[in-house]
Amino acid sequence: MDTNTVQQVTLEDTPRIKRKSSYKQPWMLHFMVLPAVVFVFIFSYVPMSGIVMAFQDYKAALGISGSPWVGLKHFRYMFENEYFLQITWNTLFFACTKILMNLIIPFIFALLLNEVRNTGLKRSIQTLVYLPHFLSWVILAGILIDLLAQTGLVNQMLTHLFGIKPIFFLGDGTWFRFTIIFSDVWKEFGFNTIVFLAALAGINPALYEAAEVDGASRLKQTFHITIPSLVSIIVVVGTLALGNVLNANFDQVFNLYTPLIYKQGDIIDTFVYRQGLLSGQFSFATAVSLFKSMISLTLIVISYRLAYKIAGYRIF
Amino acid sequence: MYHKALSYRVFTVFNNVLLTTTAIACLLPLFHLLMVSFSSTAPANSGLVTFWPIGFTLEAYAKTFNNANFLSSLWVSVQRTVIGTALAMFVNAIAAYALAKDTRIFRARNIYLWYFVVTMLFTGGLIPNYILILKLGLMDTLMALILPGLVTVYNVILLLNFFRTVPKDLEESAFIDGAGYFRSFISIYLPISLPALATIALFTMVGHWNAYFDGLIYIKESKNLPLASFMQTIIVQADMTKFDPVMVANMSPRTIRASQIFIGALPILAVYPFLQRFFVKGVIIGAVKE
Repeated sequence: MDTNTVQQVTLEDTPRIKRKSSYKQPWMLHFMVLPAVVFVFIFSYVPMSGIVMAFQDYKAALGISGSPWVGLKHFRYMFENEYFLQITWNTLFFACTKILMNLIIPFIFALLLNEVRNTGLKRSIQTLVYLPHFLSWVILAGILIDLLAQTGLVNQMLTHLFGIKPIFFLGDGTWFRFTIIFSDVWKEFGFNTIVFLAALAGINPALYEAAEVDGASRLKQTFHITIPSLVSIIVVVGTLALGNVLNANFDQVFNLYTPLIYKQGDIIDTFVYRQGLLSGQFSFATAVSLFKSMISLTLIVISYRLAYKIAGYRIF
Repeated sequence: MYHKALSYRVFTVFNNVLLTTTAIACLLPLFHLLMVSFSSTAPANSGLVTFWPIGFTLEAYAKTFNNANFLSSLWVSVQRTVIGTALAMFVNAIAAYALAKDTRIFRARNIYLWYFVVTMLFTGGLIPNYILILKLGLMDTLMALILPGLVTVYNVILLLNFFRTVPKDLEESAFIDGAGYFRSFISIYLPISLPALATIALFTMVGHWNAYFDGLIYIKESKNLPLASFMQTIIVQADMTKFDPVMVANMSPRTIRASQIFIGALPILAVYPFLQRFFVKGVIIGAVKE
């Protein structure tokens, strides 16, 4: 910003350059944003107007303009529906546990990785743990389905090593929850360490040197320099995650769940998909998804405000 | 000097072993499946394969590459990845260039920016999107897989933050030589931002390659199905009808599925070294800006 104003001043102070000729009229800039504006209008704003369906009994033959209005009928039905409360709880449970785990585990991993002096080893570890992040949930679900099957490798090992009877990891509600959390950590913990490693690299080395002179052990340095220096980044990451408390990860659950464990494994997004696209209840599904969007929107706005207030974080 | 303390040395050894084990454990499941895909039917079916192939064979891969449905899906995926990424890069980069301009020069900048950011905060949701594609007559077309996600606001913001770090003197001298905004974008900003553009292009490509859900809901004809959706039906829904029954008669569904998993992951594994070189930078640009 500062260099920018300096430039502006020198430009205005130079009499020989006519400003009109160097900074052309902005019509060209409008023209450059135009394609993006058009695509966003069609594929984001037009669907936004489609949420009025939540207040109608949408019939494909009648369209949005012809379908009868029913007010808050779908919302009333939603809140009286016990199953809806159950999946909201499931969603919250999954999302919050994942947020917490994906904050704590990457943080500890980053701290430990920071102690690895051998650069080659450090790089290799990073390469291996970042990889699952880039594989899709289809691939990972395929691996998990095979691995966690009754006769899969995990159950085989459990039987051989500990004599445990095979566990239905994907067929038993409680184990399903465990699998969801665990596999999410597997996919994301490595990638989530990046932001902490970046913050670790930014700590002023003079602090450590001073502690060294005072004879502090590495453990003491960790507790009195490293962790306090990372508090602000933890707060930012944690606050921004607030907007995700209703995002339990559709792709993951969709590819791993079965009707057997709907009670403990179904989430809002998969419910919307089944109600809307499989059962054709467009209006009810839209109402459920609107409810979710409204809460998420509120939380995102609050979380960004908080992140800005606490740590001065801005996206642009 | 803590490095020399005995307790720290013991810790280092322990720490290195722990982290290495964890890192290897992360990839062991993939490795196991790879070995299953290389094994012959009987040992794979009876679960004898662990971390070494038994009765090494490439039959599952051969069967997959002889499957017409697989090949047409592969072609759809290549098309959507190439066309989708090229289009997205152009539209996003050119918008980011304009939005990187200062408010004094481009007064509408903030209005446009908010126009885009709103779509990050609030979306119409699954059903209205589905009806839109239906109404636009895009069902069963390649464009249904490309156009809806063309503008990625997050990438526009990453790029505009990057464009703002380009020294303004470069552009000003071009203006004095008579260049316009478009010329400056093409001849100055694009070449100078190549690393940032490459990062975002790679991420967009990975996104296209991995996307399966749009294919499942927007594509009805199996010959138009992208590979990720095709594989989802085989790997997750265990639907073997997309294979010629005679061809897979004495094959283990398990080795077929395992080979699909690897064929699907292969392009990602191939670009991963390049991705890794870039993404750390990309994430840092996004996370701790200025």
